[in-house]
Amino acid sequence: MDLSIVKDAIKRADLLQMYYFLRLTRTLEDRITALYRQGRIVGGVYTSNGMEAIAVGYASALERDDVIAPFHRDMGAFLVRGITPGEVIAQYLGKRTGPTKGKDGNVHIGDLKRGIIGFVSHLADNLPVATGVALAFRLRGESRVVVTSTGDGGTSRGDFHEAMNFAAVRKLPVVFFCNNNQYAYSTPLTLQMAIPDVVDRAKAYGMPGEIVDGNDVAAVYRAAQRAIQKARAGEGPTFIECKTMRMHGHSEHDSAKYVPRELLEEWKKKDPILKAEQMLAQLGYADEATFREVGERVTKEVEAGVDFAERSPLPEGRETLDGVFATEEEIEP
Amino acid sequence: MTTATVGQEVTYLEAISQALDEEMARDERVFLMGEDIGPYGGAFRITEGFQKKYGEWRVLDTPLAESGFVGAAIGAAMMGMRPVVEMQFADFISCAFDQITEVAAKNHYRWGAPVPLVIRAPFGGGVHGGPFHSECPEGWFFHSPGLKLVAPSTPYDAKGLLKAAIRDPNPVLYFEHKFLYRRVKAVLPTEDYIVPIGKAEVKRAGADISVVTYAAMVHLALEAADLLAKEGIELEVVDLRTLIPLDKETIFESARKTGKAIMLHEDNKTGGIGAEIAALLAEECFDCLDGPILRIAAPDTPVPFSTPLEEFFLPKVGDIVAAARKLAVY
Repeated sequence: MDLSIVKDAIKRADLLQMYYFLRLTRTLEDRITALYRQGRIVGGVYTSNGMEAIAVGYASALERDDVIAPFHRDMGAFLVRGITPGEVIAQYLGKRTGPTKGKDGNVHIGDLKRGIIGFVSHLADNLPVATGVALAFRLRGESRVVVTSTGDGGTSRGDFHEAMNFAAVRKLPVVFFCNNNQYAYSTPLTLQMAIPDVVDRAKAYGMPGEIVDGNDVAAVYRAAQRAIQKARAGEGPTFIECKTMRMHGHSEHDSAKYVPRELLEEWKKKDPILKAEQMLAQLGYADEATFREVGERVTKEVEAGVDFAERSPLPEGRETLDGVFATEEEIEP
Repeated sequence: MTTATVGQEVTYLEAISQALDEEMARDERVFLMGEDIGPYGGAFRITEGFQKKYGEWRVLDTPLAESGFVGAAIGAAMMGMRPVVEMQFADFISCAFDQITEVAAKNHYRWGAPVPLVIRAPFGGGVHGGPFHSECPEGWFFHSPGLKLVAPSTPYDAKGLLKAAIRDPNPVLYFEHKFLYRRVKAVLPTEDYIVPIGKAEVKRAGADISVVTYAAMVHLALEAADLLAKEGIELEVVDLRTLIPLDKETIFESARKTGKAIMLHEDNKTGGIGAEIAALLAEECFDCLDGPILRIAAPDTPVPFSTPLEEFFLPKVGDIVAAARKLAVY
């Protein structure tokens, strides 16, 4: 993004804050991957490596009262909303101190207090749910917004289309993010859709759409801000396609040999953290010392998280039977 | 819409309408979503006049997209609203199967967020509806932990159960039998009341054979009971009212009393709810049984269209009489 625009549009403190979250996301997910390779993680690991700017960018543009309905490569959004590294690792280890108390795993994190809708593995199921969150805001006359997120593959499912349509028909305060990372597991874009850009779908449903460099956190932040403002003003939904690249496999067990080496090399040069550092340095907002400091800070936080998670208890077997149904006390009468 | 009047008889359909009206007036979080429920008043006219009274944002005409609008209802419910979704016919609920079973049903279990959602589903046959307007889909959801399922047989139960469903913090599938809409009538209390979810009711006491059933088949069982009484066989008709959670206590109490049980439902036989209850009786009530547990249900076919085919398909009074006579000799 044009540096002069960044300088005018985004406060230094906010950019530094986003940089911190980029580093925290990367360090946390790298640490989880390392634990996985040591056999210390239960089940699979799904990271957002190389895509961190999208989740950090959009989540940073939201107010406290807003809500996110993310998918599995939105770790940055969880962290911006206040989920701690300790909670994430506890969840990965199936501990009782994780957000789902061991009932669900890896990134299936949900918390109403922090405005996070817990998603299911069926991609795009979160999109109609997000339109419902927006509908509740509209019905109650609240000026709150929901941002929802999926991948290129997610936009092939019926629920994506039904959600986009409903949001546009009813002009709901929802913003749709598409993390176009070019692969859905091993399926490349050319087998996923016949159109060159996912954003072409926005017009079909009657909402504005734009393409954004998904590896430029400032660009994502600005696009998100504009769309969120629009939604908050009652002007309806927007679709934002973030172009990026999935740098690891679908999950950490997947070596992703189907991705051409050259493609990965090309995108490595556009790493979101690298780009953020270049931008901050060029703006004179930060230098190597800052980057080192942030690195140390996030490493400390993540290590504290590992420690917390490893010391946490596992749930007991019979807790399996708890929580199938909600009780009346859990909701305002 | 009908408002409650002292002494006036209302139909099963009007009872449902009254429940919706009263709950919407009582609780501003309650709102309706469905196809053609607005100015048209719904395919069965249950929401006639509602949009005029409550406005177009509390009575929402949705696009033709069951998965999308059930998902939206789930999201709104997570945010504290109380949506009541109308499936135009229960058969279309299959379009929303994923949202219901993967999102709604599992939500609270996974991360503690309640989904106070009601989905109304007009089900059942006997109306020349054919395979896609006559289905009994409750069996698919019976097996989905996290959902509650109810199926009233009378206007009193229809009104009370719908109110209970709307006030319940969990996703409730409300199966209303379309055959009963205008065929059963009753005078209802004018004061507010609910029928608790999870409680069956003995609609007819009898010493000899328990017939465990729900929805339209309750009336078939009562008809058979009158015939059998003439030959000295007294049926006890247990109306489940709630399918999940099952009222095991009432079912077992009846089985202990009579020693004989017949499962009766309009849904297909294999894997129907009758199979589960039969297994429960065999497992936990074996000592009280004097004879085999019988099941009367539709054959394992889609609901056929042509009249002689549909007549063959649906359980008949004669089936119940024959089964009762068979058990009577034990």
